[in-house]
Amino acid sequence: MIDVQERPAPGPAEAPAWRHKDLLDTDVLSRADIDLVMETADAMLEVRSRPVAKVATLRGATVVTLFYEQSTRTRASFEVAAKAMGADVVNLTASGSSVVKGESLVDTVRTLEAIGADLLVMRHDRSGAPYLAAKNTKAGVINGGDGTHAHPTQALLDLFTMRRHLGALDGKKVVIVGDVLHSRVARSNVWSLLAAGANVTLCGPATLLPRTLASAGGEEGRVALTADLDRALVDADVVMALRIQKERQATGLIPSLREYINGYQVNATRLARAKPGALVMHPGPMNEGIEISPEAAHGLASVIEEQVANGVAVRMAVLYLMATARTK
Amino acid sequence: MTDLLISGGRVIDPANGLDAQLDVLLRDGRVSAVGKSLFASDSVRYDVTGCIVTPGFVDLHAHLREPGFEQKGTIATETLAALRGGFTTICAMPNTVPAPDSAPVVKALLERIGADARVRVFPIGAVTRGRDGKALANLAEAAGAGCVAFSDDGSPVADGQLMRNALTLLGSLGLPLSEHSDDPVLNAGGVMNEGRVSERLGLAGQPAAAEVTAIARNLALAEATGGRLHVAHITTARGLELVAEAKARGLAVTCEVTPSHLFLTEDAVFGPGPAPAYDTNAKINPPLRTEADRQALIRGLNEGIIDAIATDHAPHAREDKLCEFDYAAPGIACFETAAGTLLTQVARGELDLVRVIAALTAQPARAWKLDARVAGLGTLSPGAPGDIVILDPAMEWTVDTRTFATKGKNTPLQGTSLTGGVRAVIMGGVVAHEVEVAHD
Repeated sequence: MIDVQERPAPGPAEAPAWRHKDLLDTDVLSRADIDLVMETADAMLEVRSRPVAKVATLRGATVVTLFYEQSTRTRASFEVAAKAMGADVVNLTASGSSVVKGESLVDTVRTLEAIGADLLVMRHDRSGAPYLAAKNTKAGVINGGDGTHAHPTQALLDLFTMRRHLGALDGKKVVIVGDVLHSRVARSNVWSLLAAGANVTLCGPATLLPRTLASAGGEEGRVALTADLDRALVDADVVMALRIQKERQATGLIPSLREYINGYQVNATRLARAKPGALVMHPGPMNEGIEISPEAAHGLASVIEEQVANGVAVRMAVLYLMATARTK
Repeated sequence: MTDLLISGGRVIDPANGLDAQLDVLLRDGRVSAVGKSLFASDSVRYDVTGCIVTPGFVDLHAHLREPGFEQKGTIATETLAALRGGFTTICAMPNTVPAPDSAPVVKALLERIGADARVRVFPIGAVTRGRDGKALANLAEAAGAGCVAFSDDGSPVADGQLMRNALTLLGSLGLPLSEHSDDPVLNAGGVMNEGRVSERLGLAGQPAAAEVTAIARNLALAEATGGRLHVAHITTARGLELVAEAKARGLAVTCEVTPSHLFLTEDAVFGPGPAPAYDTNAKINPPLRTEADRQALIRGLNEGIIDAIATDHAPHAREDKLCEFDYAAPGIACFETAAGTLLTQVARGELDLVRVIAALTAQPARAWKLDARVAGLGTLSPGAPGDIVILDPAMEWTVDTRTFATKGKNTPLQGTSLTGGVRAVIMGGVVAHEVEVAHD
């Protein structure tokens, strides 16, 4: 562990102006909030590049990850982020806890607070569940993905990755392709991208598009919806493919994976319509050969692995800002 | 029994075309006379100056939870809540365990009602055995035991053939089938209205089309069979148009709307803040719809297309609502806020007062021919039951679930300020509920 005095904690010199008890979605974040996360994450990325990639900023803090749904990367990313700042981390999954004995979410959350959890990172398969948790605990709640609603840290790490390559996003065109209707990643990205000044095009089969979300872009029409990927990609600065769940075929939302691939796979032919060098992104885990071709996933324009690495820095920033706000 | 002379109020009795400053004399627990400046020796004068005097409300759609779900509500608690809300006659939906699908179950239910109920309760029988949607219940037997209508409420009778047979058999008995019109396949997994808010919240939606197509099917089956279809808790503008069209063609169809769907929209799920509330107390089935739907329901009521305002009072225990939105039980405890929200909408100029009173009294009684079971029910005709509601249109109050008599504290209206409410309720000629009013 590196001494805090010797290697000062990253982040702005003065106490950061973070006002949120919880991070449940990006929709309530101002541009200043987002800038603060981005600047803090820049500093965290620097920490991660050190030979001993750790600081003691969160020493004494207890971070609990409470996962009601399977996850590898998000849970691991949060755990690494918390440990990199010296926090104690407790990992709980629904299958290995009293949840299987029928304990309610509210009781679980209150118990964890009583045990001493300062921050609760929660993944849940039901939309809105973290809101219920946040309402019923003094601990700070970070939404690690809820149902088909929101995934704010994914959106922030996506934004962070875009900004590192493109700089300010004002007026940039981001195309999100796939099962937008059921995507918590897409929803949270819409709010953070709008706050950052970008324009968003949501593209997918008509059955998988949220028809009313275009109104989120306001009168300037900064959110567009289309079922035509070739047209969507024109002048795109960023192309983000979403994971397609195989069960969408079983429920009849798409006729077949073949039809999906023909219409919506992000591949070299399609990418030729975007701006040269347009970033290729994916929140993972990928179905290579379905929503994205292996060539596109691993090509020169792909920043998919970088997203994962940046995820740790962004989650460090979020944990740091929230823990600091609590001690004030 | 002392005679009661209710004087000084504005009497609204739609069945008799009355809306004037009149006195009402109750004798031996029944309406004896309605007229100007009545006098009766030995009567107690009950001054209701400034208030509205109406027949006791008749609710075609309430959930009492007993037997089977006494943690949510009992006949004793929920009928007390009904009384306090002005509902002196209520029809109890059959989603209990056991469901009233045969004479013995109905008889046992009526015994409990006789022992515990604070208001008049008519049981509604299940259309299918155990409300499982698979085989018809013993309809004639349950009707003989006292069921006034039939419904699988909470679920539709999804099987079209079963619905056709039920309408045919009930038609021959002259009894209405109150149908929760929706298409369970289109609604699969849905937990709120499909649209702007559901997409925003990532919640699975119940499309308006699921109600509209079900109403269209049910109207076609009612027409083919001559059955008496009652469309329960209608929520969609288009569904209402279909009902209006069927009525215009002379079909024996009736429909009801809930105070919740008249007062609230899908936005109640999101809540008032910048961040979503996922308010499980605003989860109801059928769901709160759009503002355009709400406006259509208001028009439908004011134009007399909607026959009844029915509460769909649905009490739930705390844990049924204090959970993930998807898992929360649908329903709103409505008895004790219904008059308040309706009068508030009258005060806003949204709803016509006389239409509202008609839809709470004479029209529901007539729609299900309850006035043939209890003479004069829903009216102030001589000989009618001495069940009277005294409404104070100027009462300013704030919904506080701690004051509720119902076990269900589940309402999205907690903390809402309302204009107008129930001042007193007279049941069988006796003042059974009275709200204390602070005098300046």
